[in-house]
Amino acid sequence: MAKQSNEPVLWALFSAGGVFAAFVIPVHLFLIGLAFPLGWIPAPGYEYLHALVRLPLARLYVFALCSLALFHWAHRFRYTLYDGLQIKHLNELIFFCCYGGAILGTVWAGYLLWNFR
Amino acid sequence: MTETRQPARYTEYHPRWYRSRVSTWWWLAQWPYLKFILREISSVFVAWFVVVLLLQIRALSRGSEAYAAFERWLQNPLIVLLNMITLFFVVFHAVTWFNVAPRAMAIRFRGKRVPDFWIVGANYAAWAAVSLVLAWFLVRS
Repeated sequence: MAKQSNEPVLWALFSAGGVFAAFVIPVHLFLIGLAFPLGWIPAPGYEYLHALVRLPLARLYVFALCSLALFHWAHRFRYTLYDGLQIKHLNELIFFCCYGGAILGTVWAGYLLWNFR
Repeated sequence: MTETRQPARYTEYHPRWYRSRVSTWWWLAQWPYLKFILREISSVFVAWFVVVLLLQIRALSRGSEAYAAFERWLQNPLIVLLNMITLFFVVFHAVTWFNVAPRAMAIRFRGKRVPDFWIVGANYAAWAAVSLVLAWFLVRS
């Protein structure tokens, strides 16, 4: 089965996404999800953020973060479903839904960032 | 007279182990199990953050009015509540990730293994530094 030979690659993506997510997501989420909407810290203006995302390096960063974080999710969530629910007959479906979701998210991120105006 | 005989086919003896059935809710039984499942579930909130970030990029791309609508959406109490839960889980992910770092990278210095404390400490210091740099980029009024 193809699953076995892919495992090291999938684990490497999981691990890279885990490191990336651990270092940067808490501060991003604290600012975008709580501090800015609740007015604890003044939110950056549209013009500033737009100019920031126009920078190719910033877009590359967002793309890598989104893609790796999604592959991290896919790997972890897959095993959570395998172990937590013990629904062996659905394992292949779970596999395709998890990595399929990560691939779709990566394509969406690439589309948005490539066409960013 | 020709006798047509099928060659005898042997199947390997395969013992059937006794396995007691494990409940679907096995992970509720003990705190370490629950902690394990919570750590794994944190990945769902990591994915939710990616969705929020991509919606922000999309709104930025569509213009200032779309971005204002996105900012109002973030102020919806249900979204704020969801983001509070998400913050708990992404911090939980970071802490559990850094705490197992010494087991993932065994660093040697002058032939001796660097104590776990220093590796974990270096990770936390790097976490603080990265967070400050990102905040410096994003906090502009």
